Amino acid sequence: MDERRYTRDHEWIKIDKDIAIIGITEFAQEQLGDIVFVELPEVGKLLSKGDEAAVLESVKAAAEVYCPIGGEVIEVNDGLNDDPSVVNNDPYGKGWFIKLRVTDPESIDQLMDELDYNSFVESVT
Amino acid sequence: MVLDSRSNTTSLKKTPLNALHKEYGARMVEFSGFEMPLQYRNGIIKEHEHTRLAAGLFDVSHMGQGFLTGNDPGVAIEKLVPSDIMGLSSGNVCYTLLLNDDGGIIDDLLVSNLTVSKLGPVIYVVLNAVNAQAKFCYISEKLKNLVEVKPASDRALVALQGPMSEMVISRYFPAASELVFMQAKGMTYQGVEYFVSRSGYTGEDGFEISLPEHCAEHFVRCLVNEPEVELIGLGARDTLRLEAGLCLYGNDIDESTTPIESGLNWTVSKRRRQSRNFPGANLILEQIEEGVAKLRVGLLPQGRVSLRPGSSLFDKGGNNIGVVTSGCYSPTLKQPVAMGYLLKKYSEIGTTIYSEIRGRDLEIEVAKLPFVNTNYYRGK
Repeated sequence: MDERRYTRDHEWIKIDKDIAIIGITEFAQEQLGDIVFVELPEVGKLLSKGDEAAVLESVKAAAEVYCPIGGEVIEVNDGLNDDPSVVNNDPYGKGWFIKLRVTDPESIDQLMDELDYNSFVESVT
Repeated sequence: MVLDSRSNTTSLKKTPLNALHKEYGARMVEFSGFEMPLQYRNGIIKEHEHTRLAAGLFDVSHMGQGFLTGNDPGVAIEKLVPSDIMGLSSGNVCYTLLLNDDGGIIDDLLVSNLTVSKLGPVIYVVLNAVNAQAKFCYISEKLKNLVEVKPASDRALVALQGPMSEMVISRYFPAASELVFMQAKGMTYQGVEYFVSRSGYTGEDGFEISLPEHCAEHFVRCLVNEPEVELIGLGARDTLRLEAGLCLYGNDIDESTTPIESGLNWTVSKRRRQSRNFPGANLILEQIEEGVAKLRVGLLPQGRVSLRPGSSLFDKGGNNIGVVTSGCYSPTLKQPVAMGYLLKKYSEIGTTIYSEIRGRDLEIEVAKLPFVNTNYYRGK
């Protein structure tokens, strides 16, 4: 499956076989404003669903990104160290945070697809 | 992540520029009971940089403007503030503090000695937006029979800040170029009386312009169409003032801090120190003589993690020695900056102290304020 799924906390997740890639949505980056620092977990760390997958610092506040699925961190986006603003400029592409090896890839089927997420965003704004 | 995106703004007060902010893509937020622009499409960092390099235009109409009239309003208001207002000659502006009887700060304000067409010589004051009406009532009550307080709720207030401000404002008010920092004057534009003051809250040269609210939208559209000018939101207003080491009322100063603890000793004038006739004088003069237990300081977090208001500060042994009152990312320095209060013995510049953020120790250096040099125009 190569389709993004979305959480009510404005994370997106994309799974290819047992590898998940995680980021935040366009709506979330817009709400946070300029991202100036991204704190990422260590490679090898085991995360459960709901754990902190990253911390984003904007000019005025910090926000936690929650892991939508459990797994082992196999890669983090080191590029964000040099230029955290790619989270603002390309949230679905170069602005990803972590890649996870997941044990239960089917569990993301419960998450929203793009259509559902868009109407969810409309309902909260 | 948890986003607070549902903003219930229906019950909020609006400035005369509300529709214009939305037209320019502002993200509106609640601030002091008003619906105000946090940022426009460019975002906080670009808005901040634009103000430092060119000219930024801020809507500050939420602030409380008013006139004190009477026999000698400058003498009267000295009962409530520690500065030399009697000695403030016509056309001059003074930053001062409304004090309670314990020397705590009820508000910080700008006081100008101005001549207004329909009122004659007045003391014009600009208070913070929070409880502005209540504070005008307080002033009125305390100075009963001495002054009449006339809140100017039909006036808007905008600030034009940055090195190109003078070039822009002089196209509308040629006489504005003759003002130096902390001077103000009534000026006419298209037959209407404006008050133009060379002052601001960014550390840059700039002007604050009071005008009738029905003129606000037209005037702001003219300024926005000037090539040097961009609209700037409250987000960048906060990062600019923090870089300039300026206090935000409610964060860095309040009724639990005195002018001496907050490093605003200069607001207590020499003459008033001798006459000892302002609220909290005994305590404040004792603090000047004997020193204070806590002091406002600049804080430079080491690394990239920002300090946020409310975080506790510790010494090496883990003892609580202070608290952060303001903190943000500095777009100019490209690193986090903060202000807070520290026990006096830790307040020396260069001292290493600590905080804890997300379960980890954060090393902090006590730093000199301002973080970015100010650029006020004090004359040639």
